[in-house]
Amino acid sequence: MATIEELNKTRVELREKLEQETRKVQELKGTAKREPIAKMSAEVVDSNPYSRLMALKRMGIVEDYEKIRSFSIAVVGVGGVGSVTAEMLTRCGIGKLLLFDYDKVELANMNRLFYQPHQAGLSKVEAAERTLREINPDVEFEVYNYNITTVDNFQHFMDRIRLGGKEKDKPVDLVLSCVDNFEARMAINTACNELGQSWFESGVSENAVSGHIQFIVPGDTSCFACAPPLVVATHTDERTLKKEGVCAASLPTTMAVVAGFLVQNVLKYLLKFGQVSYYLGYNALQDYFPTMRMKPNPQCDDTHCRKQQQLFQEREAAKPKVEVEKVEELAAVHEDNEWSIEIVSETTAEEAQAAQGDVPSLTHGVTVAYTKPVQQEADSSELVSNTELSLEDLMKQMQSL
Amino acid sequence: MVDEATKSTLAKIPLLKTKAGPRDGDLWIPRLKEEYQALIQYVQNNKESDNDWFRLESNKEGTRWFGKCWYIHELLKYEFDVEFDIPVTYPTTSPEIALPELDGKTAKMYRGGKICLTDHFKPLWARNVPRFGIAHAMALGLGPWLAVEIPDLIQRGVVTHKGSDQAKS
Ligand SMILES: [Zn+2]
Repeated sequence: MATIEELNKTRVELREKLEQETRKVQELKGTAKREPIAKMSAEVVDSNPYSRLMALKRMGIVEDYEKIRSFSIAVVGVGGVGSVTAEMLTRCGIGKLLLFDYDKVELANMNRLFYQPHQAGLSKVEAAERTLREINPDVEFEVYNYNITTVDNFQHFMDRIRLGGKEKDKPVDLVLSCVDNFEARMAINTACNELGQSWFESGVSENAVSGHIQFIVPGDTSCFACAPPLVVATHTDERTLKKEGVCAASLPTTMAVVAGFLVQNVLKYLLKFGQVSYYLGYNALQDYFPTMRMKPNPQCDDTHCRKQQQLFQEREAAKPKVEVEKVEELAAVHEDNEWSIEIVSETTAEEAQAAQGDVPSLTHGVTVAYTKPVQQEADSSELVSNTELSLEDLMKQMQSL
Repeated sequence: MVDEATKSTLAKIPLLKTKAGPRDGDLWIPRLKEEYQALIQYVQNNKESDNDWFRLESNKEGTRWFGKCWYIHELLKYEFDVEFDIPVTYPTTSPEIALPELDGKTAKMYRGGKICLTDHFKPLWARNVPRFGIAHAMALGLGPWLAVEIPDLIQRGVVTHKGSDQAKS
């Protein structure tokens, strides 16, 4: 015979079990959703998702946290870095997110954060939107499943930056580049230079042990085309780097660190606290974090970068003079022979520089991926000859080969 | 480094003159003509040296390219579809050549079957803007890629000859 105590114990256990099962059913039905909240509250109760963020105000770190709801951010690329970036911004209560990516979720992505195996096959932007809406239904979303670098999509991409703000037909507040290739970064750079749009570039190296973020204000700071791509030196010998058989490695850790750096600086910029880093590198092997700020290159290849530089100078000249704190700035292009090349007597400094090309002056621990020597005039015999043929003629000739 | 054979192949492809991309309006047409001229010359060179290995054509805007490339291994011909878009930032950035049917079959590819280029390709391309065009990207990018990857794919049985018994790929 069971004693009263034993029966009581069973009763408590059964009730707990019932509650657990009820919760599971609610989750499955989707009735456990958090409802939208009209106004952010600082009230510290367990049902308020914003209480710990609003506490930043009470502690005097941020003056006006609610302002976060008025901002719109475009995240380009929602892979290892972009998805985590979007999740952080969502949890912080950002007003609006625009997500761009043309990729699908794959099981091969599961070494990274955010996506789950059951989402395999969905487009990344669609999968991301679903998860993020569940986390915070207060955030507004626009998602685009396309490649921004093609002619067909690029204009639409530019239009969404220009008109995708929280307020109708206003530009977004920031563009965040979380893409994994040079072509897409250049496309974002082109768009932002044309629109005069401030943006953050971010990246993780293909060997997964370094990364960086860079804040680009067209006209004011070096753009992505002002210098050859920068790399954080990890003192791994590039020549012995084994790239046989694989394109790229990735670690969830490095990606999360870079996403954290990125969103931290986005928050500082938007909510006006602390200092925004213009360039912040991450060398994961030595735990070294170089920072710097680079001036734009007056000879930048991008005409819109040069135009923005001129506009920036004009705006600066029109401003009333105020004493500003001096920040050490590095010129994007340095005339000196920075790389201390051995100059033999027959070689002049100019010749040495031409052989090397313009090399930006960089902080310790950051270097360029490659240099661009000054181009030699091509012999006219090496160039394509002028032709009387029309494009259609040439297309036909190619087809008939 | 780029090997001697690739170097001499490259040297025989005419260099381009016009720095223009598909968003540059009227300037894109002369650039596109130069692209075709260089490609025609390159295919002719290949035929003459008994190393004909691809055909390409484009849509009328010249923004989307497609065609075939093939690789001869132990006297058998393996043929693949090639495709790529001309990015808005072309020719500052090179086209990303893709072989969609090999997507997921080799680690030397990015999503969508885009081939993974060597570390030498990007610096070389950057130093030769705007003189390098599609023909150069084929010679410097896809050609060497096929030479390394296809024999490996065949050996691993991932790619099989279409005329043979288990004709499927
Ligand atoms: Zn620039």
